[in-house]
Amino acid sequence: MSKYYLNYLDELESEAIFILREVWAQFENPVILFSGGKDSILVTHLAKKAFYPSKIPFPLMHVDTGHNFPETIQFRDDLINEFGAQLIVGSVQESIDEGRVSEEKGKNATRNALQITTLLDAIESNKVDCAIGGGRRDEEKARAKERFFSHRDDFGQWDPKNQRPELWNILNGKYFEGEHFRAFPISNWTEMDVWNYIMRENIQIPSLYFAHQRDVVWRSNSWIPVSEYLKLEDGEKIESKKIRFRTLGDITITGGMESDADTLEKIVAEVSTMKQTERGNRTDDKRSESAMEDRKRQGYF
Amino acid sequence: METMKIDNNQLLRFTTAGSVDDGKSTLIGRLLYDSKAIFEDQLEAVEITSKRKGHEGVDLALFTDGLKDEREQGITIDVAYRYFTTPKRKFIIADTPGHIQYTRNMVTGASTANAALILIDARHGVIEQTKRHAFIASLLQIPHIIVCINKMDLVDYSEEIYDNIIQQFEEFSSKLYVKDIRFLPISALDGDNVVNRSENMEWFQGAPLLNTLENMHISSDINKIDARFPVQTVLRPQSKEFVDYRGYAGRVASGIFRPGDDVVVLPSGFTSKIKTIDTFEASLMEAYAPMSVSITLEDDIDVSRGDMIVKANNKPTATQEFDAMICWLHKDSARPRAKYTIVHTSNEQKAMIKEVVYKIDINTYGREEDDKSLNMNDISRIKLRTTRPMMIDEYRDNRITGSFILIDDATHETVAAGMIV
Repeated sequence: MSKYYLNYLDELESEAIFILREVWAQFENPVILFSGGKDSILVTHLAKKAFYPSKIPFPLMHVDTGHNFPETIQFRDDLINEFGAQLIVGSVQESIDEGRVSEEKGKNATRNALQITTLLDAIESNKVDCAIGGGRRDEEKARAKERFFSHRDDFGQWDPKNQRPELWNILNGKYFEGEHFRAFPISNWTEMDVWNYIMRENIQIPSLYFAHQRDVVWRSNSWIPVSEYLKLEDGEKIESKKIRFRTLGDITITGGMESDADTLEKIVAEVSTMKQTERGNRTDDKRSESAMEDRKRQGYF
Repeated sequence: METMKIDNNQLLRFTTAGSVDDGKSTLIGRLLYDSKAIFEDQLEAVEITSKRKGHEGVDLALFTDGLKDEREQGITIDVAYRYFTTPKRKFIIADTPGHIQYTRNMVTGASTANAALILIDARHGVIEQTKRHAFIASLLQIPHIIVCINKMDLVDYSEEIYDNIIQQFEEFSSKLYVKDIRFLPISALDGDNVVNRSENMEWFQGAPLLNTLENMHISSDINKIDARFPVQTVLRPQSKEFVDYRGYAGRVASGIFRPGDDVVVLPSGFTSKIKTIDTFEASLMEAYAPMSVSITLEDDIDVSRGDMIVKANNKPTATQEFDAMICWLHKDSARPRAKYTIVHTSNEQKAMIKEVVYKIDINTYGREEDDKSLNMNDISRIKLRTTRPMMIDEYRDNRITGSFILIDDATHETVAAGMIV
């Protein structure tokens, strides 16, 4: 080897590994927040590298809204088996049954905001002091201000105006009883970086990301998948389209796009010519100009 | 967008300090817009807001709007990170506010930057803020400074005005330590010399800003001489396959390590040889900054987090007393002779501020030797004493092993950033 610098993907990988090892060294009981989406899969993959030849030392925590794509759950269980990791599930349905939260009403009702309570309950009951997430700063304007180590008060809240400065590569994960941290090892990755890396490393991702034939309904400028939770409105009709999903959330809020991209190479090529942001098909972000910031302040991912 | 070839493309981090007035947000918006890092839905949102605010055309500055309070007040409060990619490089912009009350955010953004963009409004020339930004860039040892003389369209693209501003800048910057400094006449609003060469300033022979950022030599920004490996954690799989494996996990801070190298573990002073340098993929023949690896040694010696592996023939200074320049980051001022937790690489211990030597007036670069207080945004030279020896290099030689933070044990807040002199 004659060059003594890393290419940018290797540098991002090295940075993420550094952060995951800091989490392990600084916290007592960290978990990886696992949604089944590509970003949390990537974080899990990076954790495998960071601690090799040891196993991933963190459990995976999944906040299950009950409104999942069946493919996501299957994928999650397969991955847990493969890595020999522990799984912790926080159930939104249980939070509803226990009366901790109530279902939203109205035609655009989702369980998106309900997850906050379930997540914070799961963090508290499992005594988690750091929840590692796949959040990226390029996703959304509130996330652009996020730290690698992000402090949460004892109500689980984020105070964006009073964050700890992060200098060089020194991370301050000190907290008082009841508080916790969120850690974001892939903060500096963009959507394109994630796809390029998934392709380079040949990382397994759910089939939903690849173009496939599916029953869908056209709503809010994207193709919403037909599921038992979807209520058809007047004038809406079910069609079969070849679509793929660019991000994965609940089946009720994740819109697909028409696509022929059925290989990683085709996805990377398609993403590089994309004219809309990644979360543009997420109705949860469209509720207001500061929808993400408001949820993050309360304790969202 | 052209698909980039990843193999040789580097990551360049740069910081921009300034206010809306000098066109910083417009410049960032222009870079993002012209490098096609802006999506249609973002553009639509900005078009709608521009119209609502009564602006003509698209206000590029709105692309950098962040939190609710910032949008309402039209200012940047915190460091915001932005990303764009060209076929040659990936860029991370640390966008920081330029006002004196946000010095701490400028310092934060500057701490990891390869380059700093300093904006000057061509109509006003060098002002206090310019001196402040140049000082911080030099204090944090940002290797490359690009001075963008903006709003050239408002001074008839005058070469004379441009030359005068360079002269003003050089008069005061001669007092600063900067390795590489360049000047560019631009108009962020119209895009002159940002991505495309200006047709209005044919007298300017240099490359436009983006081209400069793409081609700037940054490989030598990292110290390749002094091999330093702070240990983050110890990997002991205790599985059948790796019964005796003991890997010291960390990220190379500087220099180059190879199997067979004679090394010393500090602070214990035990010596050994590197047996292997491992990653998930393979064992490596060499490791250099900023690679995350795990190192195994020939001898079974006690190594843990906070220790540093270095080469036997090139050691950092082990000391309990040293001088540092610090930037105070917290609204609670320092208490006299107070004790703080000091974090230096992966090493953590207690430190006491023994003395404030002087405070710097960052607008005039003057030293105030009578002012011993340390208040938010102050930059001062101090004397520190630690409970155990710390393995330090001068910040000028090594940005990783020459830097530290102070944490207040009463609040757990990061209260100061320090650079060892």
